[in-house]
Amino acid sequence: MEPVLDNLDLYVSGFWRSLEIVLWAAAGSLALGILLAAFRVSPVPVLQRLGALYVATIRNTPLTIVLFFFAFGVPAAFGVTWDFFALGTVGLVVYTAAFVCESVRSGVNAVDAGQAEAARALGLTFRQNLSLVVLPQALRTVVPPTGSVIIAMIKNSAVVGAIGVSGDLFSAYRRMASALGYERLPSIAGTAVGFLVMTLTAGAILMVVERRMAVSR
Amino acid sequence: MLRRVTTPEGGATGRTPTSREPLVVMSGVDKHFGDLHVLKGVDLVVGRGEVLVVIGPSGSGKSTLCRTINRLESIDGGSITIDGAELPAEGKELARLRSDVGMVFQSFNLFAHKTVLENVTLGPTKVRGVKKADADRRGRELLERVGVGHQADKYPAQLSGGQQQRVAIARALAMEPKVILFDEPTSALDPEMISEVLDVMTDLATSGMTMVVVTHEMGFARKAADRVVFMADGELVEQADPETFFTAPRSPRAQDFLSKIFTH
Repeated sequence: MEPVLDNLDLYVSGFWRSLEIVLWAAAGSLALGILLAAFRVSPVPVLQRLGALYVATIRNTPLTIVLFFFAFGVPAAFGVTWDFFALGTVGLVVYTAAFVCESVRSGVNAVDAGQAEAARALGLTFRQNLSLVVLPQALRTVVPPTGSVIIAMIKNSAVVGAIGVSGDLFSAYRRMASALGYERLPSIAGTAVGFLVMTLTAGAILMVVERRMAVSR
Repeated sequence: MLRRVTTPEGGATGRTPTSREPLVVMSGVDKHFGDLHVLKGVDLVVGRGEVLVVIGPSGSGKSTLCRTINRLESIDGGSITIDGAELPAEGKELARLRSDVGMVFQSFNLFAHKTVLENVTLGPTKVRGVKKADADRRGRELLERVGVGHQADKYPAQLSGGQQQRVAIARALAMEPKVILFDEPTSALDPEMISEVLDVMTDLATSGMTMVVVTHEMGFARKAADRVVFMADGELVEQADPETFFTAPRSPRAQDFLSKIFTH
């Protein structure tokens, strides 16, 4: 592990860069995923179909293809001049949102239909019904599966590094192994540890959130 | 889909048994569930201040009838107006109209993640725009009125079925609705809790609230109803004041139904 310790700076700065990607992507994919789930359970057929189409397209496309599409296809086709960091993060958001959507939708379906009926009978609009009655109850049951989606996303963020974002955990490995000429095994192990710190922390946060929500029932 | 079906026996008694100002007017209401024709051209007028009890065998369409009044079930044909306004199909207009129609469900359907008081104040604050302090005060009054004032800060799951249903009634009352629909409000309750709910409903009936009550509680129908409607196979078979209906039902189907109920 000596090469890693000698170049700890490289890994630490890589960790912060990767964390930045992860935090933006988590926020973005949760927001977009919940919006898509709202589309899919809405009474408006056009929105339902839009949501279903999104999930069907994105969920069935390999992550690398989605990321390459955003990293290289979008700039070439639309003249977008964002850096890889932004493009990669957007790609990760777009990909992960499909899974968040399905996870949230399963939670919505698990809420007793009578809850939404009672809300409708009171005169709440669809949006109020969702935000005040259905989603708060759905999000409880949705924490564990959505947590898994987010942890998978943290790991997927390594691929964003692989397509060209500089300064993240994965490019720390590349720099170590090629430019600096260290052995590959310890170099990649350092990167793996960096990701473990993120995923294990995410898991711990999830447990706390889950416990909090169980208490407030 | 829009074919009108006239009911051969629908006019067993007159169609205008009430001299009250009409509040809910259903005319020629048709409803299908797939191949099943659950409402067959139903005509029904509920007058302001009237307590209408709907009875009939299970599967007769009485719950569906109740649920079409605030469009929790859509209809395939005919029309329903409330206080002169036609029920819109969906959207904000429908939501506004629904806020004037209270509903009490068989399975209570209290919001599980909200306290008892929050259940009662959610509608007034979010739909009517009442200030929270005012809604809270009024909410506590209503909970007091239905006898669960001391439970205000608990969650629904901590209450008995009878208490939950009384909270549900308070929740409906908080919107100051023009009419309250009761869809088998005591059918999910343990026997010893039925009377506490019926007592609240009887009080409500005496206070002049317009009520449509789908129930199997014949005692309540006798005591509190202004008019009883008997439904079978998606049709209004017979309607009369409770005394007449229970002592001298005219249609064979109502006679049969009542004989089965009162044999033990």
